[in-house]
Amino acid sequence: MTATLDAPPVAEKPPLFGKKEKRAVLDPLWDNNPIALQVLGICSALAVTIKVQQTLIMCAAVIAVVSMTNTIISLLRKMIPNNIRIIVQLVVISSVVTIVSLFLQAYVFDASKQLSVFVGLIVTNCIVMGRAEAFAMANGPFRSFLDGFGNAVGYAWILLVVSVLREVLGAGTILGARVIPQSWYLEHGGWYVNNGLMVLAPGAFLLLGIIIWVQRSISGYSEAH
Amino acid sequence: MLAQSVSELISLAIKSIFVENILLAFFLGMCSYLAVSKRVDTAIGLGIAVTFVLTITAPVNWFIHNYILRQGAMSWLGDSFKDLDMSYLGLIFFIGVIAALVQIVEMAIDKFSPKLYAALGIFLPLIAVNCAILGATLFLVERDYTLAQSAVFGFGSGLGWFLAIVSMAAIRMKLRTAHIPKPLRGLGITFIVTGLIAMSFMTFSGIQL
Repeated sequence: MTATLDAPPVAEKPPLFGKKEKRAVLDPLWDNNPIALQVLGICSALAVTIKVQQTLIMCAAVIAVVSMTNTIISLLRKMIPNNIRIIVQLVVISSVVTIVSLFLQAYVFDASKQLSVFVGLIVTNCIVMGRAEAFAMANGPFRSFLDGFGNAVGYAWILLVVSVLREVLGAGTILGARVIPQSWYLEHGGWYVNNGLMVLAPGAFLLLGIIIWVQRSISGYSEAH
Repeated sequence: MLAQSVSELISLAIKSIFVENILLAFFLGMCSYLAVSKRVDTAIGLGIAVTFVLTITAPVNWFIHNYILRQGAMSWLGDSFKDLDMSYLGLIFFIGVIAALVQIVEMAIDKFSPKLYAALGIFLPLIAVNCAILGATLFLVERDYTLAQSAVFGFGSGLGWFLAIVSMAAIRMKLRTAHIPKPLRGLGITFIVTGLIAMSFMTFSGIQL
């Protein structure tokens, strides 16, 4: 991003992928992470993190939904009357979620059965609504697409960390493959026992709390009481 | 027969309030739970509003699902509609009903009890995007509840959410004076405390009714 000294910048069209576009993608990954800092989209973040495979599909669905709704709402933003914008946004979002959910049912039926209501619940996932309201209503379609994509990826990686930890500690596997050797287990003459708390709801809360703690200690963010 | 179904409904209510608390076991409604649990009085207001809306939307969406959307639901219109299956429109219908109901409830409260309206104020429109409401609807569709079960489930889930947010708000009031490491303050500690509350709610799962 450094301009060379001998070639003065020429006033021309802004580049397709300039500084602002880069920020739209990269900020939400760490500095402005939707889960750890904006506190968005936690509702479904925890319910689908027992198995890594489920989480991967959920993440893909969220990335698709947020990028698409952000683009569509940004294209429509000048046509949406201000006082009914919530309803318009909800209709756009639920249409996109319906498409994604039908797509999942068509190609990965078993997984979509396991995710049960949580695919439908992407409609009320605050990330989708939050980014549409905060970014897509005020920016062009390409930049909104990037912002949606970046935020969804920022959401996805935290989910993946939670799910990897929960699957390894709770079942000793990753994506169904055994990580902790069978011979370590108590019933095979070893000393190890799976942590049953991790597959239950409280384990997810505790883990996410700790991950946010780590993320905030590194990024240096703290909130007042 | 009647006594049996009543006791079934009571056990469903207990289950949805305590054992399968919609917030602590299914993580629904987290966003507003985190945002509004800073003070007890606002938490009580939002809790009441959510319970109210959930109690109404669950049966209404049950009617929508069973008389408009599901396969063969339109057969009351005549034989030619027997095979019509519109369940793919579920999400749009449900969210529309929820948004409309929240709007109606808002206007009704404004007309009949301006005091309560002023207390709930900004939280009422927020309920439309509370995942607990849509979540309860999707659960009752998935689990094929009857009308009575849906009504009880809606009310029980609302009450469970109310209990969770009010107890969290009470704890957070105390946490304000506690020494907490800076990066853990706010969101982090709230999650850890929520985990502890969820653990204590799990002890109810031993109850057999």
